Amino acid sequence: MARVVVEIMPKPEILDPQGKAVAGALPRLGFTGFASVRQGKRFELEVDGEATEEVLAAARKAAEEVLSNPVIEDVVSVHVAKED
Amino acid sequence: MARIGVITFPGSLDDRDAARAVRLVGAEPVRLWHADDSLAEVDAVILPGGFSYGDYLRAGAISRFAPIMGAVVAAANGSLPVLGICNGFQILCETHLLAGAMIKNERLAFVCKDQTLRVENNTTAWSNEYAAGEEIVVPLKNQDGQFIADEATLDELEGEARVVFRYVGNPNGSRRDIAGITNARGNVVGLMPHPEHAVEAGFGPEGAGTDGLRFFTSALSSLLAST
Repeated sequence: MARVVVEIMPKPEILDPQGKAVAGALPRLGFTGFASVRQGKRFELEVDGEATEEVLAAARKAAEEVLSNPVIEDVVSVHVAKED
Repeated sequence: MARIGVITFPGSLDDRDAARAVRLVGAEPVRLWHADDSLAEVDAVILPGGFSYGDYLRAGAISRFAPIMGAVVAAANGSLPVLGICNGFQILCETHLLAGAMIKNERLAFVCKDQTLRVENNTTAWSNEYAAGEEIVVPLKNQDGQFIADEATLDELEGEARVVFRYVGNPNGSRRDIAGITNARGNVVGLMPHPEHAVEAGFGPEGAGTDGLRFFTSALSSLLAST
């Protein structure tokens, strides 16, 4: 069984309210030294069998058309997860 | 009697209130189900508020693929009046019937208040009974209500008078105070605040509390004008 990982981030020009809230909380918890935080999403798509080029192409299409909204998000990575 | 459809998705909350508003203006509400594949020949359709499909993935993202949405898109591209309220607005954006998208409110606050709006365009199917520039008060209640789009899209919306309602006192960081917009044809309107909660004296915002009624009478007027 293979896993395809899809990573999605808010577009750089879009203010990320969640990342901003986390960035505000970090110093209060003693984690200083992080200038900013952006929060994105990671999806793991499991496939029966191997992650063929066809499977990857389908994952890329799903990432662009369903898993992300191109108005606010970018698909930053679609890759096969390394075996554990 | 005009028949106005109200679509119930799994997780819709305000479908009954929308149906009630339709009834109060003398039209017949027609309850539609997300798994239907036709609009039962209604004269207009409302996508109500709520958290369809739990708003998993993104608000409105999964509803876009509901069986009934094919019929909604086809009808909207004709001239059927379509109104998306709150989650319904998010669905219309995800479906690309309306421009832009909604992200979490500024400061992540769930905003629940009576909100003043200014009517910017009173020529749409859902706003023609208001005066241009009129201020109305309807409830607002959401977490993902911050309207955003890129600058070019915002300029286009402004240039074509497609901003229908603007917040007076921006509650959530929405770009250019935009509360509701329309498509190029003016038959599809979406907004985050809830006119269907301001249709009966004593149950809406303080004062008359019925500022939302004219959304629904506007639809009736536009239907009469088109027959």
